Amino acid sequence: MPDGFSRRGRGRPSASLIAGAAIVGVLLATVALAHVLAPYPFDQFHIHDRFSPPSLKYLAGTDEYGRDVFSRVLIGSQLSMTLGLVSTIICMGLGVPIGLLCGSVRGLADELVMRLLDLLMAFPPILLVLLILVVTPPGLLKTSVAIGILFIAPVARLARSLTLDLMNAGFTEAARARGEYLWYLLLCEFLPNMWPTLLVEASLRLVFAVLMGAVLSFLSFGVQPPASDWGLMISGGRAFVDNAPWIALAPGIAMAITVIGISLLGDGLRDRLHPQFSGKG
Amino acid sequence: MTRAYLARRLLGIAVTLAAMSCLVFLATHALPANTAALILGPYATPATQAAMEHRLGLDQPLLSQYLSWAGGLLRGDLGQSAVMQRPVKPILAAALENSAVLAAAAMVLVTVAGITLGTVGAVWRGRWPDHAVAIFAYSGLAVPEFYWGLILILVFCSRLHLLPSSGAGSAAQGLVSVAAHLVLPVLTLAFSFLAHVSRIVRSSMLDVLVRPFIMAARGRGLPEYRVILRHALPNALIPAVTVLAQDFGNMIGGVVAVETIFAYPGIGRLLVYALERLDLPVMQACILVITAIFCAANLAADLITAALDPRIRLGAAHA
Repeated sequence: MPDGFSRRGRGRPSASLIAGAAIVGVLLATVALAHVLAPYPFDQFHIHDRFSPPSLKYLAGTDEYGRDVFSRVLIGSQLSMTLGLVSTIICMGLGVPIGLLCGSVRGLADELVMRLLDLLMAFPPILLVLLILVVTPPGLLKTSVAIGILFIAPVARLARSLTLDLMNAGFTEAARARGEYLWYLLLCEFLPNMWPTLLVEASLRLVFAVLMGAVLSFLSFGVQPPASDWGLMISGGRAFVDNAPWIALAPGIAMAITVIGISLLGDGLRDRLHPQFSGKG
Repeated sequence: MTRAYLARRLLGIAVTLAAMSCLVFLATHALPANTAALILGPYATPATQAAMEHRLGLDQPLLSQYLSWAGGLLRGDLGQSAVMQRPVKPILAAALENSAVLAAAAMVLVTVAGITLGTVGAVWRGRWPDHAVAIFAYSGLAVPEFYWGLILILVFCSRLHLLPSSGAGSAAQGLVSVAAHLVLPVLTLAFSFLAHVSRIVRSSMLDVLVRPFIMAARGRGLPEYRVILRHALPNALIPAVTVLAQDFGNMIGGVVAVETIFAYPGIGRLLVYALERLDLPVMQACILVITAIFCAANLAADLITAALDPRIRLGAAHA
């Protein structure tokens, strides 16, 4: 990982930024074109080709029903990305305004909201999501929303602490002296100053959401079969790991590429947009 | 100051547990199935259903049900498992013991490996050992714990036939069996936390290594290994201890997944078992116990940090 001493400023983009952008680009293209790229439908059975090892016909082999693992992994990318993006949009969309308002208004309302978020963060994260998913029928969207809600608290805390810093800045005093409204201050002064940090936070949340969604569907409380979700495929392939390891290994490799790509992009963006934050790794 | 702080934190934990008990209670009552129907099975008549509900007190108003359940909890009575027809307490105690062994072993491994790798990364900063350590540590973060667990099973159980892939050894089978069953779950759990600890040790080592007292030690002609191990490392460990204490709380999520993949009979697996079969008393007890452990670990993390570094004022974070 970069140390931040050598790669300051606006020079050549760093290797991690290029690599991350390339991987994320390929990933997005895959998500968009999954149905075109996949050689077979994700739920098509090939009864005579059950447990086929990887070959030219089935690039990543077939599973216990003879379904093409490669096609399932490709189409699974749509599920993972949907989950990650919906969770990220929910936690950023609610967390950032909460943090902005609490940090700028202060007083009793701030105190109340922050204590409520403290309480939310005092619970072990996975328990809250499991509780939500057990009570209501599980599904992709439900899982994404549960994870998104869970992540509101840390995002709001970050946005609040950034706001508190900016409240003391010179341009805030100037805007106040000009008699600007609060919304102008928040939207036109604070957000433009905060967005590099928020963008990096969003990339982190995206990664955490994808990983947590995988854990939940692995435990059978998230996306339900026969969907080709990566966590679900790993969970299903677990029973055949002795003789057909490709069933479980392929979706994990796809997940690793996704996570590494998004993390590299986030790291690269941080170094480029906010050189003073780098090297804290 | 410290005593008041401690009292406030303990009060906070009590509030958290009370809130969690309400949440769990309401959540389980929002479920379509109830305990009586679970005990009786699908062929119950409405009359037996009503009789069983009366015996379990399910026909009482919600508030009095909650109060009698919470009162039982306070007296240490965790109720009766609906599926296993046994008191929850001994089941939970056995599971907790297994999980404690797993988590403690993983903590020791993370501590030793994380400090070693972090120091290596800092000393050889920017050269190949640093990059190798970073790649190794970050690969623990790229996929969920259970995936590495699966790969370890594939390599050590399916291919090499070296270690058992599931369950826990019992004392009757001897210590070797217990240890053999622990190796893979502990490795898996520890691996997912290695990145965090080793990165923190590395960056705080880098901070320490440029301080004047390190230059002074080198100036006195001390050998480099002595400068690093005796002078730099102890000063670099304070943030690491904080991170380790925090990770102990975060390990709970990992414990659930790791125990599931290795079929290790700990509290995480008990929780998943209870959730799948809607064994409400077991589920409620597991969730409350796990929440209590999580809160206690976080409090311990803050206290340890304050004890190590007197400059950190307790309660300042809450201002």
